[in-house]
Amino acid sequence: MPSTLFDKIWESHEVAPGLVYIDLHLVHEVTSPQAFDGLRLAGRTVRRPDRTLATADHNVPTDGSTAAAQIRDKLSRVQVETLERNCREFGIPIHSIGSANQGIVHVIGPELGVTQPGMTIVCGDSHTSTHGAFGALAFGIGTSEVEHVLATQTLQQQKPRSMRISYSGELGFGVTAKDLALGTIGRIGTSGGVGHVIEYAGAPIRELSMEGRMTVCNMTIEGGGRAGMIAPDETTFEWVLGRAGAPAELPEEWRGLSTDEGAAFDTEVEIDASAISPQVTWGTTPAQVTDVTGTVPEPGDESEERALAYMDLEPGTPIAEIRLDRVFIGSCTNSRIGDLRAAAEVVKGRRVASGVDAMVVPGSQMVKAQAEAEGLDEVFRAAGFDWRSAGCSMCLGMNPDTLAPGERCASTSNRNFEGRQGRGGRTHLVSPQMAAAAAVEGRFVDIRSWS
Amino acid sequence: MNPVQVIEGRVSVLDRADVDTDQIIPKQFLKRVERTGFGEFLFHDWAKEPGWDLPSAPILAAGRNFGCGSSREHAPWALQDYGFAAVVAPSFADIFYSNCTKIGLLPVVLADDEVRALMDAGEARIDLDAQTVSFAGGEARFEIDQETKRRLLNGLDDIGLTLQSADAIEAYEAERERSGPVTTAL
Repeated sequence: MPSTLFDKIWESHEVAPGLVYIDLHLVHEVTSPQAFDGLRLAGRTVRRPDRTLATADHNVPTDGSTAAAQIRDKLSRVQVETLERNCREFGIPIHSIGSANQGIVHVIGPELGVTQPGMTIVCGDSHTSTHGAFGALAFGIGTSEVEHVLATQTLQQQKPRSMRISYSGELGFGVTAKDLALGTIGRIGTSGGVGHVIEYAGAPIRELSMEGRMTVCNMTIEGGGRAGMIAPDETTFEWVLGRAGAPAELPEEWRGLSTDEGAAFDTEVEIDASAISPQVTWGTTPAQVTDVTGTVPEPGDESEERALAYMDLEPGTPIAEIRLDRVFIGSCTNSRIGDLRAAAEVVKGRRVASGVDAMVVPGSQMVKAQAEAEGLDEVFRAAGFDWRSAGCSMCLGMNPDTLAPGERCASTSNRNFEGRQGRGGRTHLVSPQMAAAAAVEGRFVDIRSWS
Repeated sequence: MNPVQVIEGRVSVLDRADVDTDQIIPKQFLKRVERTGFGEFLFHDWAKEPGWDLPSAPILAAGRNFGCGSSREHAPWALQDYGFAAVVAPSFADIFYSNCTKIGLLPVVLADDEVRALMDAGEARIDLDAQTVSFAGGEARFEIDQETKRRLLNGLDDIGLTLQSADAIEAYEAERERSGPVTTAL
């Protein structure tokens, strides 16, 4: 019987009915301390430290600090130090603050080559869906499950349903993977993918770079999906092979990682990629999104009324008239080298508008080093951007990078929830190119006609 | 985990859709390395709004897609620590739902109109074994995965159960070990 990519990975990882083997467990400082405590209390060990990898990302200041001891915020410092201590005690490899490999967990996994096609990958972080871009089954788990995976290298899971989102047409000039992701969530809603593993398919997906595919899979969770995945192809193999943690040569089984002709999905969705414009969110969920050429809509229900009040926006206001205080280019959604190159291209030779505070936070120290080798840091600095060190930063503001109450931000991150980037802060989600252009103009502009 | 069987008493109402985990427990409280004490920070920012009224009660009734957003288990920890033993909503985000079942906070999915009736009733009795929610003026039945239900009813330790399959895990590893570098080799 023809099967889906998801079926194939699921079936090859079932140890017993409802018990799935985990090939790679990524760990960070926020969702792991209580799991390690649980192991200690029960006298348990970590089953496969060699299938586990840790980094510090959520709490790290992006000021160039090189050791946990330099973190000023006491609770953040303790949390990073606790991770370092736990990893030492349990023998888990860690790339903490100060390491040349440190960075956002969903950036360093692929970059180090430990994220590979056909794997099952989990992490105590909802954006683990990112790794599905490589044809892996990857999803976020809670702390109890982190403890379970540490102890057993397996996870108890009921098999989710399957969904395929097939894109037709092609992405227009200036329309990016981020716009594709936001446009999709705008169509299916914040719970459109609940209970489903989503496979993204079609020519517009095949034509995306690995960075673009990671952006699409990353945002899966914002549409409620359990995991997002894209069948691996030459683009994938070329990107992965030869990286430190990856095989040097193509394993034959990677070629079989695709959905068979005629395989059935529980849900099928079709979207015309040509119809998607650059997207800007106006509300407090990623589904509250519209075209850059659009206007702030009339609220359709109580949630939307609440969102408009929080965002301090009037219905009918053109998106292009929304003025900004801050711009954030970073996060596990859009902080990879391709994202930074695209943003730098937009700001080259231009200046950040007066009154706008703009920052670029590379996703990892490796991305930072690569960008600096290409001179991108100079392009950003010359334009008036603050060039920072790697971490989650203002995507969620667990470190000192936060919005002040009332500040309005164009952000390349993934969540525009109330208070996400700082209490009272107002977030508009956009692509790196749109964020860069917004920094220059101090308001949103249509990247397609802007020059 | 303590066994979950019958949950009975007042219903607190949070009539909002898409309540995300950033609202349930904002990020500044995720820096703690303990598992307890999150209840006092529950809905930290919303609780400052005029008219906010969410008394501690055995049951919380909320709008659709409850618990969307991050995987932070701190959200169910905070709800449980605050006093809730069950959350009833028309739908939940996947990770949040799963996290609840791991700590014995019972997530119950009912139809929109049933949640509405429960909110109006103000008091209810949830019987996990019978999979029913009864309240003044009605009774609703809910679905739950039978294995999850068995674990909740008996308060079973997931890790202990899985470790009973240690031989199967070992056999799987012996047969299907992936080739190539491991993380400790980096």
